Amino acid sequence: MKYVSEFRDPTLARHLAQKLADAVQPGRPYRFMEFCGGHTHALARYGVLDLLPPQVQMIHGPGCPVCVLPIGRIDMAIELASRPGVILASYGDTLRVPASKQLSLIRARAQGADVRIVYAVDDALALARAHPDREVVFLAIGFETTTPPTAVALQTALREDLRNFSVLCNHVLTPAAMHAILDQSEHVPLDGLVGPAHVSTIIGTQPYEVFAARYSLPVVIAGFEPLDMMQAILMLVQQVNQGRAEVENEFTRAVSHQGNTRAQALVHEVFELREDFAWRGLDRIPHSALRLRPAYARFDAELRFGLHDRSVPDHPQCLCGPILRGQRQPVDCKLFGTVCTPDNPMGACMVSSEGACAAHYAYGRHRAPTASTEASTPTSGPPTSAATTEPHIQ
Amino acid sequence: MSPAKPGYVRPLDLKQGRIDLTHGAGGRASHQLVQEVFHPAFARTWTHLQHQNGQPWQPGSDDGTVLPMPDHLPAGHRLVLSTDAHVVSPLFFPGGDIGQLAVHGTVNDLAMMGATPLYLTASFILEEGLPLGDLVRITRSMADAACEAGVAIVTGDTKVVERGKGDGAYISTAGLGWVAPGVRLSGTNAQVGDAIVLSGPIGEHGLAVLSQREGLQFDSPITSDTAPLNGLVKAMLGSGARLRVLRDPTRGGVATSLNEIAAASGVGMMLDEAAIPLPPAVQGASELMGLDPLYLANEGKLLALCHPDDVNTLLTTMRAHPLGGQACCIGTVTEDPHHFVQMRTAFGGCRMLDWLMGDPLPRIC
Amino acid sequence: MCLALPARVISLDATGQSGQVDLGGVRKAVSFALLDEVVVGDHVIVHVGYALSRLDPDEAAQTLALFADLAAHHAQHVQGSSEGGA
Repeated sequence: MKYVSEFRDPTLARHLAQKLADAVQPGRPYRFMEFCGGHTHALARYGVLDLLPPQVQMIHGPGCPVCVLPIGRIDMAIELASRPGVILASYGDTLRVPASKQLSLIRARAQGADVRIVYAVDDALALARAHPDREVVFLAIGFETTTPPTAVALQTALREDLRNFSVLCNHVLTPAAMHAILDQSEHVPLDGLVGPAHVSTIIGTQPYEVFAARYSLPVVIAGFEPLDMMQAILMLVQQVNQGRAEVENEFTRAVSHQGNTRAQALVHEVFELREDFAWRGLDRIPHSALRLRPAYARFDAELRFGLHDRSVPDHPQCLCGPILRGQRQPVDCKLFGTVCTPDNPMGACMVSSEGACAAHYAYGRHRAPTASTEASTPTSGPPTSAATTEPHIQ
Repeated sequence: MSPAKPGYVRPLDLKQGRIDLTHGAGGRASHQLVQEVFHPAFARTWTHLQHQNGQPWQPGSDDGTVLPMPDHLPAGHRLVLSTDAHVVSPLFFPGGDIGQLAVHGTVNDLAMMGATPLYLTASFILEEGLPLGDLVRITRSMADAACEAGVAIVTGDTKVVERGKGDGAYISTAGLGWVAPGVRLSGTNAQVGDAIVLSGPIGEHGLAVLSQREGLQFDSPITSDTAPLNGLVKAMLGSGARLRVLRDPTRGGVATSLNEIAAASGVGMMLDEAAIPLPPAVQGASELMGLDPLYLANEGKLLALCHPDDVNTLLTTMRAHPLGGQACCIGTVTEDPHHFVQMRTAFGGCRMLDWLMGDPLPRIC
Repeated sequence: MCLALPARVISLDATGQSGQVDLGGVRKAVSFALLDEVVVGDHVIVHVGYALSRLDPDEAAQTLALFADLAAHHAQHVQGSSEGGA
C-alpha cells in the first residue's frame, strides 16, 4: 500500500537501528515522551522498542483521548443512553471504559440502553435523520484530529435544522496537556518530546515552538509509521547530543508550519474554550477543552438534557493517573495483569488499545520491564532490558 | 358428495410466503415445513444411505432417528460428536450464507479431530417474517455443502420466535463422525520444536461479513473462505507426517486458536509475521476499520502443528489440495513458562500476540 | 490520536465536498469538507471518514530518501571500517 508499506521496510529499520546505536552516547540516558497514543500503540505493535538502544527510554504520555476521559463524563453518557427515546452513538474505543457502579457503555447496552457503535460522526447524523422520533446523542471524544469532523457535522445539523441531534462534547487540546505534563510538581525528567502525527496535520508545527523555547526541550513531530518514529527518535538523540532545543518536523509529507487552516477555522466557528476541564489522571487543566458556542447551544447535549458534571475518583490503587503523567509504568501498578486486564479493565489505560497498560499487556509482556520512572530517584546508568542489550541487528 | 378434495393440503407459497408462528407450533404447518422444504432440500444428502438389510434409508417421523453405521470401520475406531450454533448477520454474504457456514463449521470441527464425518443434525430457530424463499435458499445451500463434504443431514427441529426476537434465522448443528485408531489429535499435544503450519490466507470470512455491514466496496471483493476441510485433512493424515494438533481458527482468529493450544500444551510459540499470507484487500480493509486480521474469523482454513522433520512432506501434500494451495509454515513451538505466543514483526521487532479480549471493536485511535 | 491512513482519491462528487478513496484495493466514501481543491489522484490522510490533509509526494520521497541515505551512508561506513558492528 502506497505511503504505508515503504514506511515499514525492515531493511531500513535495521539501518536506522544501527544509526541510533551509533548516535547514542554510552552511559547517558535519553528519556523521550511520545505524547500520542497512536504512537504508543505503533511502538508496541511493530516491536520498535526492541530496535532502540537501551539508553533510549520511551515514556508514554496522555495523548489517548479515551484514557483521559473522566469517569464522570462516561457516567453522563451512560445516564443519557439509559433514558427512553435516546440513542447514544459512540466510537468503538469508548464502549468498554469502566465507569461508576461497575458499568460501561457496553454493559449499559446489555441492560437495555440504546448504544450504537459508529465509525464516523456522519453515521450519527444519519441515525438522527432515520429516527426523527428518537433523540440521537453523539459522544464526541478526541484531540484536534477528531474535532474538525465534529465541527462539520454540527454545521450540517444547523443547516438541515435537525431537531433530534446533539453532541456530548469531550474534545480536548494537545498543547494544554503538554504544558500540564511539563509543569507538574512531581517532575518527570524528559529530554525530548515526540509530537503527535495527525494532530499536527491540523494544528501545524507552530504550537510546539513554546515547548522548545520555554522548557528547552527538543520536539520532533513524527509520522505514524514505525520508520517515521525511529527517524524522529534519531533526530531527538541528535538534538540532545548537540545541545539543541528546536521543533523539527519528520512528518513533512503531511504536516506544515501552519497546519490545516480551513479545519482550524471550522473548529473556531463551532467551538469555544471551556475555562477548565477535568482530565482523568491530570486533574483540572485550564483552557484545555472545548464546548459548543452559543450559536450551537441547542446541539449541546449537556444543555439540552440538563446534565451536571460530577467528579468521580479512580479506584484507589489504579495508577492510570501517574502512568498518564509519565511518572510510573504499567508494571508499577499493583492491579496490572492481576485484577486489571483487558478483559476486566479497572482503568482507562487498560481499555483503550492506545493506553500504555493495554499496549504493554497486549504486545509487550514478553519483554522484562525497564527500570521504573520514579521521579524522585535519579536514574543511575542506562535502564536495563532483559530482552536485548544491543539492538537486534542481523 | 362433499366438494372437499380428500387429503388436500394447500402447498406452502415458497415464493411469497413467510414464516409465521404456526410453523413452529408442531402442528400441520410445522409438518408441512418439513415435508415441503427440509426433506426436498436434504434428500440428496442421504440417497446413498442404506440399512443393514439393504433397504434405502428414509427419514421417519419418530422422535429419534436410527442410523446405519458404515461397513468395514476399522477395529478400534472411536466415534466423535461435535455441535455448533450459527448466528451470523447478514444471513447472505459474499462467498456464502448461514447454511453453508453451519454445515462447514461442524464438518470442520469433526475433521480437526481427524474424524470422517457421517451425519449432521440441523435445528432451526426462525424469526417470524423470514421469507420462505430465504429458507429454501439456505436449505439448498446446506444440501450442496453436505453433498460436497459427503455427509447426510438426517434429522432436525424447527422453532419459530416472534418478530424482533431473532436475526432471521439461527441454525444449530451436531455432527457425528468416526476416527481411526492411532489418530490422536489434541490441543494438549504440542511439543517444543513443532512446526506451525497454516493452510492459506487469513481474515477473509471475518471481513466479508464485516465489510458487508459497513458498506465498504472492493475492486476485487473479499469473499468468505467457508469450505469443508475434511478432504484436505484426509490427505494430510495420509501423508505420513506426524501431526499433533489440528485447529480451525474461526471466531477469535489465528491468534486466539494458537493461544488456546499454547495454554493447553503448556508451551510458547514464536511466529514470523512475514510468513503469514494476508491478501492485500484484507490488509487494506483491516487498516481502514482498525482491526487486526490475526483476530478475524476464518471458515475454510486450518492450523496444523507437526513434528519439525515432517513439515516439508506435509506442505507438499497440502499444496497439492485445492484448499491448501498457499499452505506455509508460520512459526515454531517454543519452551516458555508463560505460554506466550510471540511474533517477530515484519518490521523486525517482536510483539506478543495475546488472546482476543472482548469483541474486536473497530478503533478510531 | 490517530488511526488515520493515507489513501488515494479516486472520485469526487459534483460539489467536490466528498468522494471515494482507495487503500490497497478497498474503496470507501469520505468527506473532503476539510480540504480545498482535492483532485483525483491526490493522496490524503483519512480519519473517521474525513480527509485531514494532503500527502505531498515530493516530501514523502525525500523522507524515504533520508532513511535510505542513512542506509547508504551506513553501508559505506561498515565497508570502510575494519571491525563490523557498534
